[in-house]
Amino acid sequence: MSIEHRDDTGARFGMWLFLYTEVILFSGLFILYSMALSKFPQQFAEASHKLNIYFGSINTIVLLTSSLTIALAVTAIQLGRIKQTLILCGVTVALALLFLVNKYFEWSEEIGHGIYPGSEHLAEMGPGVTNFFNLYYFTAGLHGLHVFIGATLISVVAVMTAKGKVTSDRYTLLENSALYWHLVDLVWIFLFPLYYLIL
Amino acid sequence: MSEKTTYTGFWQESPRTGILGWLLTTDHKRIGIMYLGCIITMFIVAAILGLAIRLELIAPGRTIMDAQTYNATFTVHGIIMIFMFLIPSIPAAFGNLLLPIHIGARDVSFPKLNLLSWYCYIVGGLLAVIAIFGGDGAPDTGWTFYVPFSTQTNTNVSLAAFAAFMLGFSSILTGINFVTTVHRLRCKGMKWGRLPLFVWTLYATAWIQVLATPMIGITLVLIILERTFGAGLFDVARGGDPILYQHLFWIYSHPAVYIMILPGMGVISEIIPTFSRKPLFGYWAMALSSLAIAFAGSLVWAHHMYASGMSDLAILIFSFLTFIVAIPSAIKVFNWVSTLYKGSIELAPPMWFALAFIFNFAIGGLGGLALGAAASDIHLHDTTFVVGHFHYVMFGGGGFALFAAMHYWLPKFTGRMYNHKMAVIGWALLFVGFNVTYMAMQAVGIMGMPRRYYDYIPEFTTLNLVATLGSWVMAVGLIIMFANLWHGLRKGRPVGKNPWGGATLEWDIPSPPPLENFGEEDPVVTKGPYEFKGVVADEY
Repeated sequence: MSIEHRDDTGARFGMWLFLYTEVILFSGLFILYSMALSKFPQQFAEASHKLNIYFGSINTIVLLTSSLTIALAVTAIQLGRIKQTLILCGVTVALALLFLVNKYFEWSEEIGHGIYPGSEHLAEMGPGVTNFFNLYYFTAGLHGLHVFIGATLISVVAVMTAKGKVTSDRYTLLENSALYWHLVDLVWIFLFPLYYLIL
Repeated sequence: MSEKTTYTGFWQESPRTGILGWLLTTDHKRIGIMYLGCIITMFIVAAILGLAIRLELIAPGRTIMDAQTYNATFTVHGIIMIFMFLIPSIPAAFGNLLLPIHIGARDVSFPKLNLLSWYCYIVGGLLAVIAIFGGDGAPDTGWTFYVPFSTQTNTNVSLAAFAAFMLGFSSILTGINFVTTVHRLRCKGMKWGRLPLFVWTLYATAWIQVLATPMIGITLVLIILERTFGAGLFDVARGGDPILYQHLFWIYSHPAVYIMILPGMGVISEIIPTFSRKPLFGYWAMALSSLAIAFAGSLVWAHHMYASGMSDLAILIFSFLTFIVAIPSAIKVFNWVSTLYKGSIELAPPMWFALAFIFNFAIGGLGGLALGAAASDIHLHDTTFVVGHFHYVMFGGGGFALFAAMHYWLPKFTGRMYNHKMAVIGWALLFVGFNVTYMAMQAVGIMGMPRRYYDYIPEFTTLNLVATLGSWVMAVGLIIMFANLWHGLRKGRPVGKNPWGGATLEWDIPSPPPLENFGEEDPVVTKGPYEFKGVVADEY
């Protein structure tokens, strides 16, 4: 009864709108960051130096590489190379997991030093430092949640590709998942310098 | 597709039968009807709470409830009315019912997403109900969840905030869907200049939903984190800033008032031309003023915070921007009135509601200017004048527009007509009661009565009594209106395609519309939405 309706451009258009809402979601935290930075520039710099730059740098490389692999996966599906697509999706998901594992060790170390939201050690270091780490945990936490969602999404699409539901002339789902993944990457590109580098 | 009185269109046609045919449907009309049912239920619940608030305030001191219950009552009244009634009311219910038909499409761009957004609404609604009745008691912060009180009170604020988050998600999904639909699914000949005004306002509204709603999402999440982890992002002692909460909250919640009113303006822009038998005056001015309201309305949020502590320069800028919003709003009012001028006016029930909308909206809008000017706002801030003002715009505007839409379009979707005389009686009681109630509240607000107070000095007794009496007249009007609609739309006389003589696309298809709206052939549009030449209303 239902008339087959397909609109790939419409689906991409909708995805871009959704990505826009994600940008606004994160922008709330960036507003809080900028306000707090202008209030406590000294304490923010002091707090930033407590972060381990190696963890951050490795994660940046991991995420940038995963963005490359998912972009290659989109090209592969357009060329009809299913096996290659699946491998590239698998590598992307593996890199996402690597990111989260790395994050786990980074946070464990910091929590081990008594740095976590609501800790007394943090409260002793002054309001600026407290605020920095609260924002750090929530922004990176929200980003981590997005990494997890993105990895799940790519896994689901990979299964659908294996089942033949995503093909060389019907690949919008994979393309949209890749767009989402690039956004996750992009948010990190802003987070990394703001928290680890520039202060 | 012959016209028979037994014809029941999309009510019968569905890939699945029974209740699953509704719960798993992707048909925009069924989803719209489900939204409408939920929204009206929520409205009735919150209206009863509103009557309870008014009854408590009939005289100084305790009347029917203690102070804590009173706080919870106005909070829940606000949360339900804002997040579960006004924001989804016209866009989600009538937007779903009509947007695809208006642009000549068979459904929205993402029908499954549409169903998902309904489920988000239901989950949000259920969580809100649990927050009200379960755990540590109903939230008592007011619908604004202002810190620091919202991070300290022991009531179910986290759950209520999460409920609002889910409702926001539903709103975002609807917004994405509608923007994409308007861009991608207009039928052949449906140029931008031929879109009905209702579509233009839904389009502008959908952009606000996409633009602004994520901000309330993150803000509410921060409130939850604040309560769960003691994050202190809004706590001065831990480097946070409570004023920032107010900014983040109003960056969404001010544009949200345009989510509530813009689609209502669209409804009125459909009804006025139909019952004046004249094209809408100033089509492009009306279309672009919708976008202008959406744009300018996103830049004025801090006018809620003149008394919170801001630099004088910031107050000046936000005050100026607030006055800017008055311009496109006034364009709309003048154009409606110009459409009426020398029209062949037929006072059918939808028209009564539309005229009441213009009256109420004009009063509410002018009151808004008094609040937008910083000098008078310092006096009026947090008084019942503010409450009266936003009820004039939200209820007298948005609410009346929803009732106008129900009287105008529901016969289309049920194929049956309600009793006109009863509808006008219900309208008259509602209109009189409404104005008595909220005009009295505005007056007592100017005298200095603070909003949200449980008790007041004896000087305010008379006007509070008047407001409470008015609320009873309003309640009787609402009961008559809903009863008349309910009875008429189920058992009333059958109507044909075009009971009002409208010229937009929905009046060309059967009542109720069939599944996928149009027959085998996609429609082709050759004229504008308000060209009434040759359009005749059916007898019924």
